[in-house]
Amino acid sequence: MSLQFVVDGLLTGSMIGLGAIGVTLTYSILRFSNFAHGDFMAWGTYATLAVVSAIGATFGKIAPIAPLSFGWPLLVALVVGMAFTALLALLLDKVLFSRLRSQGQAIIVVMASFGASMALRSLLEFTFTSRPTYFSRAIQIAMPVGFGIRITPDQIALLLLTAVLVLGVHLLMTRTQTGRAMQALSQNAALARIVGIDVASVVRVTWVIGGALACVAGVMIGILVQIRPFMGFDMLLPMFAAAILGGIGSIPGAVLGGLIIGLAEAGAVQLIGAEWRAAVSFIILMAVLFVRPIGLFGVRER
Amino acid sequence: MSETVLDVRDLEAGYEPGVPIVRGASITVRKGEIVVVLGPNGAGKSSFIKAIAGLVPITGGTVFLDGKDITAAPAHTMMRLGLAFVPQTENIFPLMSVEDNLKVACGVLERREIPSRLEEMYAAFPDLVRQRRAAAGNLSGGQRQMLAVARALIVHPKVLVLDEPSAGLSPKFVSMVFEMLAGIRKSGVTILLVEQNAKAALAIGDRAYVLVEGKDRHEGTASELWNDPVVAELYLGQRPSGASKGGAA
Amino acid sequence: MIDLIGYGAFFLTTALIFSLVTLGLNLQWGLTGLFNVGLAGFVAIGAYTSALLTTPEDAARLGGFGLPILVGWLGAMVVGGIAAALTGMATLRLRSDYLAITTFGVAVVVQLVALNAQKLTGGPFGIGFIPRPFGGLAETPLLFNLSNLAVVCAVTLIAYLALEHLSRSPWGRVLKALREDERAAISLGKSARFYRVQAFAVGGAIMALAGALQAHFTGFIAPDNYLPILTFQVWVMLIVGGSGSNPGAVIGSILVWGIWAGSGTLTSVLFAPEQQARAASLQIVAIGVMLCVILLIRPNGLFGDGPRRPRLDKRAKVAAGESGSGS
Repeated sequence: MSLQFVVDGLLTGSMIGLGAIGVTLTYSILRFSNFAHGDFMAWGTYATLAVVSAIGATFGKIAPIAPLSFGWPLLVALVVGMAFTALLALLLDKVLFSRLRSQGQAIIVVMASFGASMALRSLLEFTFTSRPTYFSRAIQIAMPVGFGIRITPDQIALLLLTAVLVLGVHLLMTRTQTGRAMQALSQNAALARIVGIDVASVVRVTWVIGGALACVAGVMIGILVQIRPFMGFDMLLPMFAAAILGGIGSIPGAVLGGLIIGLAEAGAVQLIGAEWRAAVSFIILMAVLFVRPIGLFGVRER
Repeated sequence: MSETVLDVRDLEAGYEPGVPIVRGASITVRKGEIVVVLGPNGAGKSSFIKAIAGLVPITGGTVFLDGKDITAAPAHTMMRLGLAFVPQTENIFPLMSVEDNLKVACGVLERREIPSRLEEMYAAFPDLVRQRRAAAGNLSGGQRQMLAVARALIVHPKVLVLDEPSAGLSPKFVSMVFEMLAGIRKSGVTILLVEQNAKAALAIGDRAYVLVEGKDRHEGTASELWNDPVVAELYLGQRPSGASKGGAA
Repeated sequence: MIDLIGYGAFFLTTALIFSLVTLGLNLQWGLTGLFNVGLAGFVAIGAYTSALLTTPEDAARLGGFGLPILVGWLGAMVVGGIAAALTGMATLRLRSDYLAITTFGVAVVVQLVALNAQKLTGGPFGIGFIPRPFGGLAETPLLFNLSNLAVVCAVTLIAYLALEHLSRSPWGRVLKALREDERAAISLGKSARFYRVQAFAVGGAIMALAGALQAHFTGFIAPDNYLPILTFQVWVMLIVGGSGSNPGAVIGSILVWGIWAGSGTLTSVLFAPEQQARAASLQIVAIGVMLCVILLIRPNGLFGDGPRRPRLDKRAKVAAGESGSGS
């Protein structure tokens, strides 16, 4: 068995992990599983693509940055896309989720997110059709790095980006007042209000972080694989499995869960075949639910 | 007499419209006092104090803090306004460290004030220093109560409001908690507390109110109420011995 | 005229098969409060089981076993019920979100097996030559459609009456009580959990039966029939009809299927053939928005008896709610 699956697994794991951060935050702070999270990914990616095209149309062809397949337009577009996705999440919360939340039935919110997911995805299909598209059609040469592993410059850059983002979110959660407020809200919402935390603003921060990271994960998929309206929906099960495997509410857990699932998927692809990839998350999910439902870093719910 | 800090007038409150639990209760708390609210089970003591803290919907009456109307202020603004509430149970964040539990309440402070406030609290509650990095969920019952009080005091509130601080504690910790409250008052903090344990509360309190069926029925200094036969019959007579558990309205 | 009756019969047959799925979902969600976002998986399990059991032998895959249609339907219910029971046992001691995620996973895996386990399911091309109950009448479409309708009517009626009876029985009352208080349902321990597993399994069996009916009615199944869109349609049907109400489930299904088929016809008339795939996605957007709007303004649907919460006035809501949406 070639060790190449390690690189593939880490990359897939990064995408899953970045998405799972949003899932785990939404679950622990807003107390519902957001089935529309995958579609935030897809919307963010298409928004980024649209900005890239707009920049291309305005400034003409721009050379990529040295060994990478993309240039500054993609970086600018990514930031715009992240902001757009965060706004989309905030908007959806305002018109839909927050209203249902105030009626008090968590599971109704889950159902609404399922409906919203369908609508968002189909709207993408309507606008961009279901044909796959790409940020760049350039083929990158993978460099051998020993042990039979090859890696492209894009892949290295994206792994680094993931590491930076994960570290940033972790520091935000543990070292800042905002992060403490988020932790407090997830542990005891009533007490959080008593100690002076404005729930509404923490909820907004949660959506912004979740949405922005979903966009990054989506763009990673877009760069390394392809862009399709279903790209996010297909990530939903791995993201949920990663969040549960890591322990709901735990950022390091979500990322580690994502990496484990990514590696397991890549291994399975090599051993059994690509067509069974999606079953890996399910098997891991079931194993966690039977053996240790609170996950690796989870704690028992009150 | 010194100035009034908290002035509650004809407060009506309840979770459901048309079903008030608090039915026109009035109290005053003056600067530097410990005021105790007593009452039989189901008298609405807990709802009364939670309504003041913005946690139970208020349907009538007014709450003034330092002359400012805070009746309609949402719960999360109370800390900023100067009213720090310590709930009866689940009053710490168990998965956060002791230090983070203190810091989480510092949102209303200037950033540069925070280190000195933390040191101040650690000086006042030395038990917490050794545990500062530990998860708050690992603390003993008495230490949790300490942490909750320290978290409330860290913002230097105008009034510290406590809902049954002795509930669920073993007798040893009960006396410890009341000693702690007496010490806090000495440092100049104004305190309002609801208690089941009338004897211990009146021992440290300056004045007290007896709440019956959601209304304040009796008012007096701690010793007046302690010696009042009517009050004794109404409430103190059926006082459970020792530390009382649970059961607040 | 005859065409119209024929089409009407065809339409109603499909709508009633949907009703059967919705009735199963209503038992799970409406009565018991168990959230199933992977019901397409259970429908598919039923369809494939029955197809395997009843089709003539095929060298390219396992089976078929050429058994009578009724055996196929029973087999579908058994396998669907077992699959649902296993799903329930894995998750029912946890918060309802875990069940939602797991059922979602079940649907993904069933879809995967249908696509890739060619020896079992025929892969992307599916299974054909599934025997039809009145295959002999296929020469006269009207009679064929009407007899199909009669069979589906009968099965739906039996399921409906059985479910009505169940929901009034002590069993149903326990389920309703558990629905009202999820925490209690989890903490009451094994016995309460067992009730919920039973309800989930029976619901799954009904969905599987519906899948089997559909398979024998069309004579052909493929993985494409069991995409998430099916789950979505059935949810909309239940929510429109009102969760908790069996008549609501049936009427909601007919109504929503009417809207769906009608808007489908409309798009095929209005749009050029090459635009129709896009127009179809707009149709899904419309239905998705409809679901959300109904949840917002009429969460109990047309006939629902879902748990009613006391309505607090605005200020009370701000104070009591955790959302902080109004503050």
